[in-house]
Amino acid sequence: MTIKMKISDRLKRWLEESPDLLEDAGLISEERDLPREVARREQHDSDRILSEGARSFDRKKFRTAYGILAAVAAVILIGVLLTTVAALPRYGVENERMDEVADYYIEHALEDTGAVNIVAGMILDYRAFDTLGESFVLFTALNCVLILLRRDEPEEEGDDDYYDLTHDNILRKVGLVVIPSVILFGFYVMLNGHLSPGGGFSGGAVVGAGLILLSVAFGDAVSARVITEKGFRIVSGAALGFYCLAKSYSFYTGANHLESVVPLGTPGSIFSAGLILPLDIAVGIVVSLTMYGIYRMFRKGSLL
Amino acid sequence: MEIFKIVLLLLLIVCAVSAAFSRRLLASVIIFMAYSLIMSITWILLESPDLAITEAAVGAGVSGILFLMTLKKIKRTGNDNKDENQ
Repeated sequence: MTIKMKISDRLKRWLEESPDLLEDAGLISEERDLPREVARREQHDSDRILSEGARSFDRKKFRTAYGILAAVAAVILIGVLLTTVAALPRYGVENERMDEVADYYIEHALEDTGAVNIVAGMILDYRAFDTLGESFVLFTALNCVLILLRRDEPEEEGDDDYYDLTHDNILRKVGLVVIPSVILFGFYVMLNGHLSPGGGFSGGAVVGAGLILLSVAFGDAVSARVITEKGFRIVSGAALGFYCLAKSYSFYTGANHLESVVPLGTPGSIFSAGLILPLDIAVGIVVSLTMYGIYRMFRKGSLL
Repeated sequence: MEIFKIVLLLLLIVCAVSAAFSRRLLASVIIFMAYSLIMSITWILLESPDLAITEAAVGAGVSGILFLMTLKKIKRTGNDNKDENQ
């Protein structure tokens, strides 16, 4: 009951835009020894009752206690982490018990998944569910940024001029050379995820960085030609949906010991490793669009 | 190679600490990007080039840009022509 009262009081004060909620919280925790009634009443109009002197004194005490407790907590945390690290097996030393899963992956990954790159076989086949979750985390982050930074009315002109780099000759000339290579390299990494180091996430991040550079160097007109807001929604939604469907299918066949209709192919050729290539592409699209979308939201307050 | 690794790790620690304690936010962001770059070289030395690619693109590239955008939004890039900003 009291907690409920407190929360509702604090909510009310927050709605009335009372400053220093945190500070008040610090004060409240200092007042534990007072009777509840008094505490509640004081909290109710603490601004009026507490004089400035008492307030600053309590704050000083709070600061000291906070510092000491923080130091103690940090020392404990450092101790725990160091003990854990000391208990780990040595880096690079054979260890029967710990290496069981890793050995299984190294021995069976090629025939199970068809991927030459064992890492891709792990993250997009054995543990593809993880990667699906990661994609959704990124997508959720983008949505949160959308909610927080979205502006319906356009920003007033002239505010951006000082930082507008589209008239910067050096950036444009360098961009002409660098941007295509960056984006091409990103796609290379994405498409060769099952053959060489990299994969959907790395490639997508590189492509996203290239798109951001494009938008910085050449402005909205050019970047709008590459991707529009509608296209953004459709493509990223479709990529996530495809990932869900493809992965559900492979889980279904795997759990029921059925033969997947997607052939594993010859290991080492570009069309091999079953679903890993399309999944890589889907993840790459989601990641690159998310990077670019977050940048656009920070910059302009709209996706386009 | 051993010396190179040690130098990299020392630089990593220096970057991490100075990024946290630097007074100017812009300097903090740039040191943080340098940290990511050193980290990505370290990933290559640890034989995980895929992580190195991601670290270079995300750590040194995109997140640095996002920090810079935020600094721009709150007008704390530390330039001395404040009149132009207002």
